[in-house]
Amino acid sequence: MATAVPVDLERENYLNAGYGIKSWLLTRDHKRIALLYLLTITFFFFIGGFFALLIRLELLTPAGDLVQSDTYNKLFTMHGMVMIFFFLIPGVPAVLGNFLIPIMIGAKDLAFPRLNLLSWYLFVAGGLLMFYTILAGGVDTGWTFYTPLSTEFAKTNVITAALGVFVAGFASILTGLNFIVTIHRMRAPGMTWNRLPLFVWSHYATSIIQVLGTPVVAITIVLVALERLFHLGVFNPALGGDPLLFQHLFWFYSHPAVYIMILPGMGIVSEIVCCFSRKRIFGYKAMALAVLGIAVIGFLVWAHHMFVAGISLYAALVFSLLSYFVAVPSAIKVFNWTATMYKGSITYQTPMLYAFAFIGLFTIGGLTGLFLACLGIDVHVTDTYFVVAHFHYVMVGGMVVAYLAGMHFWWPKISGRMYPEAWGKLAALIVFIGFNLTFFPQFLLGYMGMPRRYHAYPPEFQILNVLSTAGATVLAVGYLLPMVYFLWSMRYGPPAPPNPWNAAGLEWMIPSPPPTSNFEEQPVVTWEAYNYDELGEIPQKQEVPVAH
Amino acid sequence: MFSHLPFWPESASTTAGRVDALYIFLVLVSAIMTVLIFTTLIVFAVRFRKRRGRPAEQIEGSTVLEITWSIIPFAVFMSFFVWGAVIYFQERTPPQDAMEVYTVAKQWMWKFEHAGGQREINELHVPIGRDVKLIMTSQDVIHSFYVPAFRIKQDVLPGRYTTFWFHATKAGTYHLFCAEYCGTQHSGMIGWIVVMEPRDYEAWMTSGGGNQPLAVTGQQLFSQFGCATCHRAETQGRGPNLAGLYNRPVLLEDGRTVNADDNYIRESILEPGAKVVKGFKPVMPTFQGQVSDEQLNALVAYVKSLTQPTAQPVAGMATVTQ
Repeated sequence: MATAVPVDLERENYLNAGYGIKSWLLTRDHKRIALLYLLTITFFFFIGGFFALLIRLELLTPAGDLVQSDTYNKLFTMHGMVMIFFFLIPGVPAVLGNFLIPIMIGAKDLAFPRLNLLSWYLFVAGGLLMFYTILAGGVDTGWTFYTPLSTEFAKTNVITAALGVFVAGFASILTGLNFIVTIHRMRAPGMTWNRLPLFVWSHYATSIIQVLGTPVVAITIVLVALERLFHLGVFNPALGGDPLLFQHLFWFYSHPAVYIMILPGMGIVSEIVCCFSRKRIFGYKAMALAVLGIAVIGFLVWAHHMFVAGISLYAALVFSLLSYFVAVPSAIKVFNWTATMYKGSITYQTPMLYAFAFIGLFTIGGLTGLFLACLGIDVHVTDTYFVVAHFHYVMVGGMVVAYLAGMHFWWPKISGRMYPEAWGKLAALIVFIGFNLTFFPQFLLGYMGMPRRYHAYPPEFQILNVLSTAGATVLAVGYLLPMVYFLWSMRYGPPAPPNPWNAAGLEWMIPSPPPTSNFEEQPVVTWEAYNYDELGEIPQKQEVPVAH
Repeated sequence: MFSHLPFWPESASTTAGRVDALYIFLVLVSAIMTVLIFTTLIVFAVRFRKRRGRPAEQIEGSTVLEITWSIIPFAVFMSFFVWGAVIYFQERTPPQDAMEVYTVAKQWMWKFEHAGGQREINELHVPIGRDVKLIMTSQDVIHSFYVPAFRIKQDVLPGRYTTFWFHATKAGTYHLFCAEYCGTQHSGMIGWIVVMEPRDYEAWMTSGGGNQPLAVTGQQLFSQFGCATCHRAETQGRGPNLAGLYNRPVLLEDGRTVNADDNYIRESILEPGAKVVKGFKPVMPTFQGQVSDEQLNALVAYVKSLTQPTAQPVAGMATVTQ
């Protein structure tokens, strides 16, 4: 198999196709733009992570003693804004999606390469506004911008933060638009809808949400800014507005937005589970329909964030019921991944370890979501650490773990080098332990009644907070490790063969790293997705001869 | 019932036990589902690990299985939904004869005023064994009234009333938290709910002395603001007669019918033109910015007292203070 083919390090590829800053900043190559995104979101991930670490250090003791209340409020606000709008939402689609979707469907690039570059510039512009907000003293409204706190009472940089989110939103819309058109129009001959990898299906569903949902939050945020500047009276009851209107508009986007964050991760896990089980996915159609179902029903559940906000009894009943509907396709996905492993030939490389972690953590995150959809329970646990724990199980245990899974899986393709497998496994283990230690105690804290966004707290909550902070430091190590060995591998890692995992899919049929135009000649697809019956086993050793 | 468990909150209301029972049910069902999925994963991972001479066996899927594991979880989810909805319905429907306490939230404190006129800040004294209903509003941003020992919270909004009711079952002092982020001192916007034996509560109520019942304060404000000029008790004035108004349907100029609840009375004082009663002209001036939230509460309490069975506002309120 692939092991026999010597790797030609001098071969021209997208990385050595041009040198110099201009060849990167003006590139239209989706793979290079993906790397630009990778650098940007990694930068924001570590800023957001730094805020998280300060939050956890403050909560080590019940008294608010490390930072002042205003500082603490800014820390959790900016942790949320940076992580959600500048890491989680762009995360998988703009990096892995951007890199892989054209290759997976057999195209040379996205449908609109210039628009793709523009979206990165918009993202950077939004990011700079956010970064300016941080340097200028921060913002303290919570990432949710609730009115009238954000429009009348907060004395911090609400406008620049809002503007940053607004501008970055356009990057998200353009990426979504580009993906939808690309998937519709650019598929190689033979690449029918029924043959699309589930990674592509999940990005298709994500893109629909990005295009339909993001404009709503953009308008809402503009209204917040206008109300703050000109006292419009849209949201502030003192001016005749309605503060609940803001919450409806905000969650109309921000609930589907969690599916923007998690659906691409589900796509990654589907690819990896199949590859390391050497199996076709169990129930391909159900899996594709499930992501579409989640995207559609996800638009109809937003008010489950508002059960105690003052909505009517019957509205609450309807939104609780609909929230259970969205849980069904999520459950199907978990069952089908598990079933895919049945009678497989399973190996446990780093991506697969992360995939296992994802299924487990997503199961817990999903089940605790059912608690929050349950009216009688939600009244007690909403706005407590229970919500914080649930959200992080889905977003960190789900999306971030899937992102790491994907980064390890496709790193050989992206960089042309293998990462050190033993370090990868160690880091995966550290992330898993650190994550659970950080966030599981928060479920208990939540049911005990500890409200979220509290700078100081009653002493009975301390033990669990200490555990959580201890976990956060472990988790930080787990995140720094891949950062270090990925960078190390770019120089010292063994060269990667085109298909180190012997995986199915067009991206593994071209060299690592791919040439700028992806395919030398137009591929024609004659096989179903995940044709592992035709591929055999993963090669034992990944060392390959190097041609000079 | 479950309070002996580690990391379990105290239970001090009739709601707490109901929520705990449902929570335990959800935890058990989730635990079973989690154990099933994790065990299956581990068993598959070990049993179907790569072995020489045993390639993977390809399986397309199974519609029967897919339908099974869609329908069974869905049925289980529906039991969560129904049980949760029943509890929520109880939480959101305060009993008619509940003892009322007006609550005003502001950055960053809780202010209470009992029907008997007793005022408290960041501390609320209530008796065991009575239904207590809080009628809450905010002077500035959104807050949330949260008592973990009762397992209930309710957001408190500026510009309207929301309500919160409970029936305390155990004497003690319980945390009151603001659960909706409200600015700098959010985590300092905390207080205590002091639940007392009825006898202790009566003693506490009378110990302050010299308190004027809320409805009487409202009556004074009613004449002070000149409301009585138009809203006359005996004959029809330029405004509707307010006796017997509370909690009755009111026919409006535009043909709609609304219930004259706390929010309606409040709105009619602040925005008289919003819902004009049929047969009247929109001549009433707005009192927006002229009455404080506390004064509004007193006025609302007075209007409500005009519907008390005894008709005499003072007597109607006196039952609490005795």
